[in-house]
Amino acid sequence: MKNTVILGALTIAGLSAGAAAAGTLDDVKARGKLNCGVTTGLVGFAAPNASGEWEGFDVALCRAVAAAVLGDATAVEFVPTTGKTRFTALASGEIDVLARNTTWTFSRDVDLKFEFTGVNYYDGQGFMVPKELGVSSAKELDGATVCIQTGTTTELNLADFFRSNNISYEPVPIETNAEAQQQYLAGACDVYTTDASGLAATRATFEAPDEHALLPEIISKEPLGPLVRHGDHEWGDVVRWTLNALISAEELGVTSANLAEMAAGTNNPEINRLLGTEGTLGEMLGLSADWAKNAIAAGGNYGEVFANNIGEATPIGLARGLNAQWTKGGLLYSPPFR
Amino acid sequence: MSHGDLSFMSTLTDPPKEQFRLSMLVNDTRYRSLTFQAIAALVLALAIWYLGNNLIQNLRAAGLNISYDFLGDRSGYDINQRLIEYDSQSSHASAALVGILNTLLVAVLACITATIFGVIAGVLRLSNNWLVSKLMAVYVEIFRNIPVLIWIIIIFTIMTAVMPGARAYLGENPERELVFGLFAFTNRGIYAPAPVWNDGSMIVVAVFFVSIFAMFAYRRYATKLLYDTGKLLPMGWPSLAILILPTVIIFFLLGQPIGLDAPDPLANRFNLRGGIQIGAPLIALWFALSIYTGAFIAENVRAGIQAVSSGQTEAAAALGLRPGRIMNLVVLPQALRVIIPPLISNFLNITKNSSLAIAVGYADITATLGGITLNQTGRAIECVLLLMLFYLTASLLISMGMNLYNASVKLKER
Repeated sequence: MKNTVILGALTIAGLSAGAAAAGTLDDVKARGKLNCGVTTGLVGFAAPNASGEWEGFDVALCRAVAAAVLGDATAVEFVPTTGKTRFTALASGEIDVLARNTTWTFSRDVDLKFEFTGVNYYDGQGFMVPKELGVSSAKELDGATVCIQTGTTTELNLADFFRSNNISYEPVPIETNAEAQQQYLAGACDVYTTDASGLAATRATFEAPDEHALLPEIISKEPLGPLVRHGDHEWGDVVRWTLNALISAEELGVTSANLAEMAAGTNNPEINRLLGTEGTLGEMLGLSADWAKNAIAAGGNYGEVFANNIGEATPIGLARGLNAQWTKGGLLYSPPFR
Repeated sequence: MSHGDLSFMSTLTDPPKEQFRLSMLVNDTRYRSLTFQAIAALVLALAIWYLGNNLIQNLRAAGLNISYDFLGDRSGYDINQRLIEYDSQSSHASAALVGILNTLLVAVLACITATIFGVIAGVLRLSNNWLVSKLMAVYVEIFRNIPVLIWIIIIFTIMTAVMPGARAYLGENPERELVFGLFAFTNRGIYAPAPVWNDGSMIVVAVFFVSIFAMFAYRRYATKLLYDTGKLLPMGWPSLAILILPTVIIFFLLGQPIGLDAPDPLANRFNLRGGIQIGAPLIALWFALSIYTGAFIAENVRAGIQAVSSGQTEAAAALGLRPGRIMNLVVLPQALRVIIPPLISNFLNITKNSSLAIAVGYADITATLGGITLNQTGRAIECVLLLMLFYLTASLLISMGMNLYNASVKLKER
């Protein structure tokens, strides 16, 4: 719709862009760059490193999509978004895909007209408190002051949790993770609550991580995943199957180390279909035959991305838990490449 | 030209009745400006129609509609600073109302303190004392030349970092004692005692209001006596006595019916309980808005005072008035005429700048309706329209009130 440019400039809300959604794949190809929405900074998930390059678990997904579409993992423009600005940024077309530990919920999917293309991290909301408070359960938090990022599902879960346990609290609304960290460390709030992965990542950046404990209660289901605008199914497919390619690659044993060897052809037809040496899966997506190979080459398979950014060897130190492959007791389960 | 000339000329030249032709719309200077105004109005109307229509079409194409039904839905989130009853079961509309009241609260508080800061700084800047006037100049230049958002964040950050945590006051052997056993200053805000209204408290309140009335009556009587007979009654201490003494006496006579509910350090292990909490975000926002806008008001006050001719001051001094009285009785009343109009825009600025509240987590209307509600419901256009409506209405009301006041102090020509 040609009216969109003027309107997009005019309305801050930019809800117009639903109409402009069709053809995101072509737009990205023409632009030669993927606009990817990430957090304003959550170490391990998306944060600029010492040399100013974005890196992290969500960033790796952006790079994989860029590699699959454009063949270049660096052709990504990272757009930092807050909990409040992220949906507007996506709806208005400012970003092509939002990979910002965003929870897949009914209303976001159906009412806000977005499409979640899968889950890249199964999470749940937790609480972090200073150990000196001697709190061992979230149910003992009656009267506590709680730092909470506004515009998130955690805000609603928090209200529900305290209400259903008949205890009181005082919310301190915070825009970004960095602010929350500052407030929490200054003692302006007793508790910080967000997704358990985010808490682990935040705690890892503290000077004395040992002085803070994560409480055992996980009060919600938070399936985090990348999302795109509703209605552009071709583009949704690209993002969905890029994520699936990373997950399948781990399941099939394709790593960045053996990728070149595997791409030369193997005895396993599914690997061949995935890496484009057999069949025309890439063509069906509107991409080159080696799209998945490029995506995996960007940062390795799902397991490698996890281990390098947030795994147990990193300061964030998250265990695979629910995010292990289905064959290993986790929930990761990619549909077959066929 | 007098009436006589006109009738004379018209009888002499009496032109033939000119027929209106379409070309005159462009060629005749009498109509040309009308033509262009009409064209401009038409273009504007078309542009608005085009954009509005475009919006509706695009919304429809995206499968969205404009609907305010969400205002009745359960909001699902809590708000810390609130003037009315509200919890997560309340509707989005009540969340918006909480936000509106919070916006008005901080705006009114900041307007009052900014005016006080501004008048003091503006008057002192004209002081003959070199140090005082230079200090005020530094205040004005530093505060008005750094964006208010930065000030809000600076003040909030300093508060959070410098003030003790609430936990320092808690427990049997706290690190810090409550000030006078009543107040706690923490980085979460100030905890103050809340009044408890027992039986008979209303009598005390009533006596207090009567005392206020009596104080003004006395001052009026004293002034009248001074003007009529030249007899000077003392003003200061009798006013104070009339204001305070009866209330205090009746308070003790009735057996102290108004109690204080001080913050309790033992009730909870996380926070002080009871009393009134004035949150750190409110204090930071209030102080930042006051001190920032105060710098602008100081300049208005200075301009207003300097606009009063120095002859007035000299004449007053020649009559033997002391400097304080010259300022209060001669200069300031005249300066007000110059000060009030720009003061209106400063008050409007405070109200609008209060929308920066979310930077420190203060739940004003932009943070509740335009922030959390917008985000949780996705109704961006509806929320933004409501926000615009609110700020427009609030600003126009403030303008109206201040214009009425301006009309009452402006020079009355007879």
